Amino acid sequence: MAFVDLTRGMRGHPVRPPQSGMTRRRSFWLRIHIDPWLLLLLVILMGAGLLVLYSASGQRLPVVMAQATRFGIALVAMIVLAQFSPTTFVRWSPVLYGITVLMLVAVEIMGDMGMGAQRWLEIPGVIRFQPSELMKLAMPMMLAAYLSRRELPPRWRDLVVCAALMAVPVVLIAKQPDLGTSLLVICAAVFVVLLAGLSWRFVGLLAVIAAAALPVLWLNMHNYQRQRVLTFLNPESDPLGSGWNIIQSTTAIGSGGLLGKGWLQGTQSQLEFLPERHTDFIVAVLGEEFGLLGMVVVLVLYLLIVSRGLWLANTAQDTFGRLLAGSIVLTFFIYVFVNVGMVSGILPVVGVPLPLVSYGGTSSVTLMAGFGILMSIQAHRRLLPR
Amino acid sequence: MRKPRPALKNAQQEVRIFRLRSLLALLVVVGLLGLLTGRLAYLQVVKHEVYITRSENNRVRVEPLPPTRGLIYDRNGELLAENRPTYNLMMVRERVDDVEATLGLLVDLLELPEGDVEAFRQRSRQRQRPFQPALLMSDLNEQQIARLAVNRHRLPGVEIEAQLLRYYPDAEIVAHALGFVGRINAEEMETLDVGNYAGTHFIGKTGVERFYEDQLHGQAGFRKVETNARGRVLRELGRSDPVPGQDITLTLDKQLQTLGHELLEGRRGSIVAIQPGTGEILAMVSSPGFDSNRFVTGIDQASYRALQENIDLPLFNRAIRGQYPPGSTIKPFMALAGLVEGEITPNKTIYDPGYFQLPNDSRRYRNWLRWGHGRVDMERSIAVSNNTYYYTLAHALGIDRISERMHDFGFGERVTYDIFGESTALMPNRDWKRARFNQSWYPGETLSVGIGQGYWMVTPLQLATATSVLANRGKWVMPRIAQRIGDDPMPADLPGTKEDIELATPEWWDRIYSGMEKVISGTEGTARRTGVDLQYRMGGKSGTAQVFSLGQDQKYNAAELAERLRDHALFMAFAPIEDPQIAVSVIVENAGGGSTHAAHLARAMTDAWLLEPEENERDVEALLEAEE
Repeated sequence: MAFVDLTRGMRGHPVRPPQSGMTRRRSFWLRIHIDPWLLLLLVILMGAGLLVLYSASGQRLPVVMAQATRFGIALVAMIVLAQFSPTTFVRWSPVLYGITVLMLVAVEIMGDMGMGAQRWLEIPGVIRFQPSELMKLAMPMMLAAYLSRRELPPRWRDLVVCAALMAVPVVLIAKQPDLGTSLLVICAAVFVVLLAGLSWRFVGLLAVIAAAALPVLWLNMHNYQRQRVLTFLNPESDPLGSGWNIIQSTTAIGSGGLLGKGWLQGTQSQLEFLPERHTDFIVAVLGEEFGLLGMVVVLVLYLLIVSRGLWLANTAQDTFGRLLAGSIVLTFFIYVFVNVGMVSGILPVVGVPLPLVSYGGTSSVTLMAGFGILMSIQAHRRLLPR
Repeated sequence: MRKPRPALKNAQQEVRIFRLRSLLALLVVVGLLGLLTGRLAYLQVVKHEVYITRSENNRVRVEPLPPTRGLIYDRNGELLAENRPTYNLMMVRERVDDVEATLGLLVDLLELPEGDVEAFRQRSRQRQRPFQPALLMSDLNEQQIARLAVNRHRLPGVEIEAQLLRYYPDAEIVAHALGFVGRINAEEMETLDVGNYAGTHFIGKTGVERFYEDQLHGQAGFRKVETNARGRVLRELGRSDPVPGQDITLTLDKQLQTLGHELLEGRRGSIVAIQPGTGEILAMVSSPGFDSNRFVTGIDQASYRALQENIDLPLFNRAIRGQYPPGSTIKPFMALAGLVEGEITPNKTIYDPGYFQLPNDSRRYRNWLRWGHGRVDMERSIAVSNNTYYYTLAHALGIDRISERMHDFGFGERVTYDIFGESTALMPNRDWKRARFNQSWYPGETLSVGIGQGYWMVTPLQLATATSVLANRGKWVMPRIAQRIGDDPMPADLPGTKEDIELATPEWWDRIYSGMEKVISGTEGTARRTGVDLQYRMGGKSGTAQVFSLGQDQKYNAAELAERLRDHALFMAFAPIEDPQIAVSVIVENAGGGSTHAAHLARAMTDAWLLEPEENERDVEALLEAEE
């Protein structure tokens, strides 16, 4: 019954005039500003994530419950954000960006004050979160807001502004040091500019610059970060130390085979050979217990979410919505690619979680907040002038 | 701004570009997902076998269960080799908060030199996987264990592990006869049955421990366990129990062995005693001895060098590897050779003018008594150790016949069943000399051999064996050191036993014995002082071996030189004559003449074996002092 409704809601673009008899039901999803298909896909993914998490956490129900609670909060955040109109986001973008940068500076100062590597900002007893996580949203919002007022494709001047807007927080985050998050923030920014129609010559130029920047990046890396890269190139060089993670994760995945060892039956994960198995390396548990089949199902799920997301982005009525929506969706995919790539040993180990599967609060909430904005964009399209 | 912004942006174009780019992005996404799927398929399908094996190896550990090494007893059930529980200091690096501080604390607590921190640091890294305990130190003493126990709360990740270690309660006395175990070295590792020795750290290096290694070691068991990444055993998947090694009861008599050791205290030499009827080796002493326990855990370099460079060669097993000219001790065997070959009869006499001359040769081969013993028959030739008699006999026999007959007694051969590393020593003949020196044999050399000099070399074990065969009227029973392996007694007839020696007239054995009895009990016997108050009939023969030169690598000073150029004293004996219970060979290096410096040691051995303690009134200490 509900499925029939969902199909209807899916046909979004171009918007057809409301038809008699269906008006009431269609308007339900529109009224609450939620795309039912995307929601369904996300909920399925969360469910699968909780299933894997139960196994990966060593069958500890409290961990699963905590994660489910976060998912609940994340869903609420998504629904709430979906209610704002995109114009609100445009208006608040510079403010959010400014505040987040200030918080990053605060974190940096506290770190300098001798509290060691610092990623967290805390109002004791009230809230504790990572400003860098917030930047994953603030960055594309800021750039999309800026570019939406400019003539597109962007010109030199616009690019310089964008680069500056991107550089400040990225440097601050990279200094924390948090390579994974700074990478994701860069991606979010680059996607906005790319979708805005950055000319291919520039793309080529950027690629050259990036290649040239690699040695500089290497020189500025912390020892443990360099070690990760070296380990990626040859894990066997230090099988008990830094190579241990990647050897154990590929072993877990490889031993899963086509159909996997079965839920809760993965020896690599259940016997604790797999490190960080309920956070960054959770996909190895999936690969071990559900095999290639399980992996493909989950990857297809991600593909569907990305496709649906891009589809919704295309339905957006204004530049801001399009650019932001596209960037959010593609950044979401970068999570998936970097995480699965690192766990399966084709990318170096960077601290990037598998979205909505890895255990962790902040990233789930940020991700879902992003999808909330996406939904707001698709739901409010009719209200905008064409 | 240079240009005023257009009032209306080119929305259509923007949408077109966006649509194109997002489609492109989707294609890239599909491509990258394809890449991931390809990688996963490679891991999970193509390389599946590799990884499933790896994960099984992670999970399942086959733990060897080493068998307990068999114990070794003497013939009366006295323990000679046992397994002592010892305690090893282990550390799991992953469980230690501050490795450096912990290592420092350990060195402090155990009162070790500062330098050991470095050694500990290195050893703590020697392992195959995380959470595997590394051995820092073996054989902790009780005080150290107590201190570690008291400070346990300060030492997370530090464990004490129990292990059975070989221990020899009377190491100094039996070290040479028993041998010892030591850590398996790389060379031995290559030839070992890896499965059976997986959990074994020690292997017999010499002696009984080496010869009966297979029986003593037993059969290893194993258990298959599932472990987690921390190495904690979660459950047992399968098990096969080890079969402990068999206990071995030796033929050695610890009391007799101890006596032999005391008799040679402070000297270099060897005493071997064999029971003629059974071939059982009752004592096999090589002096000086050494503490074989130090070799079990691994002796340090300095101590080992000190032992090796010790001029008295304590590590050298003289009983089975020491080669000495037998001197006059072989005269009874020579006489027997003459009887077997028909060159003499017991009553045939020669006249001894004090020397012997080869035909057409002016050189005189002298008797030890310059003016000669006059008319000498076989028994008297033995009793007074006449040389001329044996020059004459040796000349008549010729070297090859001598060599053959002496081989019958086991000279120049390995004659025992289960003694590891026994030397053949040397029984020369013409072929040997040609092969060795590319020279023909000279008649004069036969004469030297006839009185136990020249190229002829024997080991104390060979001399005791030959004496035992002689006492047994020529019947061979192969000497052995094991009496029972587990519950199985050794068979009387062992493979490889030599053929018995037969005389045309069996009574002639008694004539030989009579000659040997006169050595000790006769009025002109060379060892008549040893025969005082003898409570049974004993036959024997003394010998004095000239020391021609020192080994080239021996270091010596002038004072020691004189001592080390002195003759070796030898004696062989058996008793009682009518029913021999013990045959003994004694060699004391650089002690002088055998009749005065070795004979009483042989008697002390026979007394101890044949007499009840209360009958044995002779005081060994006094005996040794009297000789000084």
